Amino acid sequence: MSGFLAGLCVAVLPLLAAGFWLGRRAARPERLGGLGTPVEHATFETLHTASLAAPPLRAGLTEETAGRSARRLRTLLGTDALCLTDQKSVLVWDGVGEHHRAEIMERLAGPLETGRGEAFRLSCDAPDCPLRWAVVAPLTVDDRVHGALVACAPRESAVLVRAAGEVARWVSVQLELADLDQSRTRLIEAEIKALRAQISPHFIFNSLAVIASFVRTDPERARELLLEFADFTRYSFRRHGDFTTLAEELHAIDHYLALVRARFGDRLSVTLQIAPEVLPVALPFLCLQPLVENAVKHGLEGKGAAAGGSHISITAQDAGAEALVVIEDDGVGMDPVLLRRILAGEVSPSGGIGLSNVDDRLRQVYGDDHGLVIETALGAGMKITARLPKYQPGVHSAGRLFEN
Amino acid sequence: MNENYAVPAVALVVVATVFVGAFGLRISRTTSDFYVASRTVGPRLNATAISGEYLSAASFLGIAGLVLVQGPDMLWYPVGYTAGYLLLLLFVAAPLRRSGAYTLPDFAEARLASQAVRRLAGAFVVGVGWLYLLPQLQGAGLTLAVLTDAPDWAGGVIVAVVVVATVAAGGMRSITFVQAFQYWLKLTAMLVPALFLALAWQGDGAPRHAFDEPATFREQRVVRVADGLDLKLRAPLTVTVTGTVDGRPHTDQVLHLPAGTHHIDRGTRLTFAKGAAVPQADRGTNGGMSTSLAEGREERPLYATYGLILATFLGTMGLPHVVVRFYTSPHGVAARRTTVAVLGLIGAFYLLPPVYGALGRLYAPELALTSDADAAVLLLPDRMIGGLGGDLLGALVAGGAFAAFLSTASGLTMAVAGVLTQDVLPSRGVRHFRLGTVIAMAVPLAASAIVGGLPVADAVGLAFAVSASSFCPLLVLGIWWRRLTPPGAAAGMLVGGGSALLAVAATMASFPGTGALHALLAWPALWSVPLGFLTMILVSLATPGRVPAGTAAILARFHLPEELSGAHAGHGGHGLGGPARTEVTRT
Repeated sequence: MSGFLAGLCVAVLPLLAAGFWLGRRAARPERLGGLGTPVEHATFETLHTASLAAPPLRAGLTEETAGRSARRLRTLLGTDALCLTDQKSVLVWDGVGEHHRAEIMERLAGPLETGRGEAFRLSCDAPDCPLRWAVVAPLTVDDRVHGALVACAPRESAVLVRAAGEVARWVSVQLELADLDQSRTRLIEAEIKALRAQISPHFIFNSLAVIASFVRTDPERARELLLEFADFTRYSFRRHGDFTTLAEELHAIDHYLALVRARFGDRLSVTLQIAPEVLPVALPFLCLQPLVENAVKHGLEGKGAAAGGSHISITAQDAGAEALVVIEDDGVGMDPVLLRRILAGEVSPSGGIGLSNVDDRLRQVYGDDHGLVIETALGAGMKITARLPKYQPGVHSAGRLFEN
Repeated sequence: MNENYAVPAVALVVVATVFVGAFGLRISRTTSDFYVASRTVGPRLNATAISGEYLSAASFLGIAGLVLVQGPDMLWYPVGYTAGYLLLLLFVAAPLRRSGAYTLPDFAEARLASQAVRRLAGAFVVGVGWLYLLPQLQGAGLTLAVLTDAPDWAGGVIVAVVVVATVAAGGMRSITFVQAFQYWLKLTAMLVPALFLALAWQGDGAPRHAFDEPATFREQRVVRVADGLDLKLRAPLTVTVTGTVDGRPHTDQVLHLPAGTHHIDRGTRLTFAKGAAVPQADRGTNGGMSTSLAEGREERPLYATYGLILATFLGTMGLPHVVVRFYTSPHGVAARRTTVAVLGLIGAFYLLPPVYGALGRLYAPELALTSDADAAVLLLPDRMIGGLGGDLLGALVAGGAFAAFLSTASGLTMAVAGVLTQDVLPSRGVRHFRLGTVIAMAVPLAASAIVGGLPVADAVGLAFAVSASSFCPLLVLGIWWRRLTPPGAAAGMLVGGGSALLAVAATMASFPGTGALHALLAWPALWSVPLGFLTMILVSLATPGRVPAGTAAILARFHLPEELSGAHAGHGGHGLGGPARTEVTRT
C-alpha cells in the first residue's frame, strides 16, 4: 500500500510540473479577446504584425534577418509578392513570381543610386503570373541607401506606393537602431582596449625606478623584478580573448603586487584566502587587478604612511553556482556619496577608469544584479565584493565579448 | 550491537564533517604566498573528492545486502558503478570540462543555446537527485534503527537536518576537502573491519561454501520475524516456533513444515538448528518494491542483468553531484586524469562490500529472511568477533556508513538546490538558495516516510536508469554529433527519461505483479536508453533548420585542447596531434 502511494507521488509530480508550466504559458495574455470596434481591432493587428517584424531587423540587414521579417512585412502591405534587397542582390523573395528576381535587380540600379522611390511595369511571359507592377521604396540610413523594399502587385495603385514608402521608412528606422547597437558595441570594445593600454604611466615609471635601484645592490632581485614586470605587461597587453580564468588573473595580481612590494616594502601586507574550487572560473579580463590597484592606493594613502603599514586581503569563496571574490583594505576609504556618483558615471574619478569600468563590464557580462558591491566610509577602509557566476553563456576563457 | 560506542562514532563523523567543511579552507589557504594559494586542485585530490561524494549508502550497505540475499549475480552492481566512469572517461570528461559548464543544465544551454532545453535538463536533475536522495535517507534510518532502538525515520531526519543546516549556512565551502576526507573515512571504515573479519574467518577454518545453494545455518540461530512473511520451502524443514505459523499459535514447539509456502505472522520467533537450510522469504504479500525487483530478477535474470549493466554504465555521467566536481579540474586533460584516478579509487573500494556479502551469507544468513539485509555490514563485526573489539569495529563501520549518507546527500542537495534556485524559484540570492536547500531535502524526506523496505542498491539503480535514459543521450550526442537540435534534445530527454521515470513510478507502485511487462518496468534502461537516443536522433534529423548557429565553433572548443582552441576556435581540423582531434568545419 505504501509502495503504491509512493509510486503515485512519483507519477503525479511530473504531471504537476507539466501542469504548472502549461498554466503559466496559458496565463500569459497571448491575444486580447474582445477588442472594441473592428477599426480598433485592425489597428491592433497592424501594430502587432509590425512589432513582430521588428526584432529580426534590429540585427541589421542580412539574408537571414530579411528572411525572417519578409513574410510579416508582406502581411502588412497585403501584396502578392515582396522582396528585400541590399545594394547588390535580392536578399529574400516572399510570395509568388520569383522569376522576376533578376529583372528587379536590373531595374533597381536607378533608385538605389538616387535614393528615390518609383513604380514600374514588369514584363512577364508567364501567362499565370499575376505580377504586373512593382513599387520600389529605398531603405536609407543616415542618407545612405542600404537596400530597397520592392512590393509587386497585379495593377498600379497609389495606395500601395504610399504604403510601401511608409513601411520602408519604418524598416529604415529599425536599421538605424541596428547601426546604433553596433556603435555601442564598438564603444565598449574600445573602452576595454583603452583599459588594457591603461596601465598607469606612474606605475611603469615607479616600477622601472625601483628595479633600477636594485640593479647595483641586488642584481638577482632586479632581474626577478624585471621578469615580473615583463609577465605583468604581457598579460595586460595580450590580444586574444576577452575573458580569462580566476587563476590567471590572480597570477597577474601577484606580479603586480611583487612590484608594488618592492617599492613599499613592509608598509604593505597582503593576505590571500582562495578556495581552489573557484580557480577555473572564467571572468572578464583584467577585472580584479584594477580593484587591487585601487586597494593598494587607498591603503597607502591611509594610515599606512604613518603607522605600521596597511593591510589588504583578497578572498575567493565557493558559493554554489557562484564564486564570491572580496577585496578589502584598511585605508582611507571614500565618501559613499561621491563613490555612488562615480559609479553612476556623473563624476569622472581622479585616477584611471578603474572601479566604474569594472562595474560596467560585470553588469554587461552577467546582468545588472552582478555589479560590484562596495562597503566604505571615510577613514573606514573599503570592501569590494564581486559575484562571478561559474557558468554564463558565452563566457569562457578563450571567448570574445561580442561574438558577432 | 553496543550503542555506547556506535552513537559517539556517528556523532564524531557528523562533527568532523561540519568542521572540515567550514574550516578546511581557512586552515589550508590563509597565506600571503600566491603560489601556494592559487594552486588548483590536483587530479588526485579531486578524484578522491569525487569518489567520496559518489560512494553512497548503496555502495556501503546495499551491495553487501544484495550479495547476501541473492548471491554472486549481484556483483554486477559494483562492476557497473565503477565501469560508469570508464564511459565517462572515454566520451564525456574532457569535452564536458572544456564546455565550461558547471551543471548539466549549463551544458544543455552551452551546447544548444536554448532556455527550454535548459529548464528540461534542470527538471531531470531534480528528479534524478530526489530519486537518489531517497535511498540515502532510508539507509540512514535503517542504520540508526539497527544501532539503537530509534524508530525507522529518525536516522533519515538526522541526516536531512545536518545536511540542510550545513549546506544552507554555507558550511560546505571547502567541499573538495570534506569529500576527500569522507572517502578515506569510508575506505578505512570498510577496510579495517574487513581485515579483522578475514582473520576471524581464517581462524574459523576458512569455510568456503559461501555461495552454496541454499545457504545453511552454521550454528543454532533464533530469528525474530518483525513483519509477517511467507516462507517458500523447497524441502521439508524442522524448526522450533514460538508464535503463529499458518494461522496456528505455537509456544516453543518443534514443527515439521512440509515443502510449500507457509505464512509466518509478525513477532514470531523461529529457532533454526545447526545445518538447516535457510528458507527463501517471499515478500510479495506485504507490498514494497524490494520483492517486485527481486521477482523480476528471478523471472528474467538475463534481461535484469543487462538492464542493470546498461543503467549503471551509462547513468554515471548524468549524476548531478558527480558532474559539478569536474568543474574543479583546471582543464580537459586534468579532467581525464581525474577520471582515471577515480576508477582506481572506487575500484579499490568496491572490492570490499562483496567480502561482507559473502561473509554475511556464511555467518548471518537469517538476514535474508528479515527485511534488513542491508544491515549485514553493520552486524557482521559483532556477529563474527564480538566483545569489545567487535563493538569498536562495529562503531567504525557505523561511522563510515554515516559518512556515506552525509557526503552523498550533501552533494546531491547542493546540486538540486542549485537548480531550484537558478531555474525554478523566481529570483537569485542567498535566501533563495536556503529555501532551495530545504525544498531539495524535504521532498525525498517526505517520500522516504511513505515508501518502506526497499533495498538501497535497487533504489539507486532506478535513479541510474532515469539518468542513463535522459542525460546520457544528451551528453553523448551533444558532444559527438553536430546535427543535434534543441527540439531533438528536448524530445529525446522527455521520451527516454520520461518513460524511464514512469516505469520507475509504476515499479514503486507495484503496478502489474508479474510477467514480462513487470520485468520491463523494473529494469527500464534496456529499452528506455535506446528509445531516448533514437528519439533524439530522429527528431534532430527532422528539424535540420534548428541546428544552433555556433555549433561548429562550440564543438571545436569541446574537443580541441585549451591552448589550441584559444587561438583557433572555430577553424577546427588542425593537423596537430592531441587526443581529442576531430574534424570540425564551418557549415
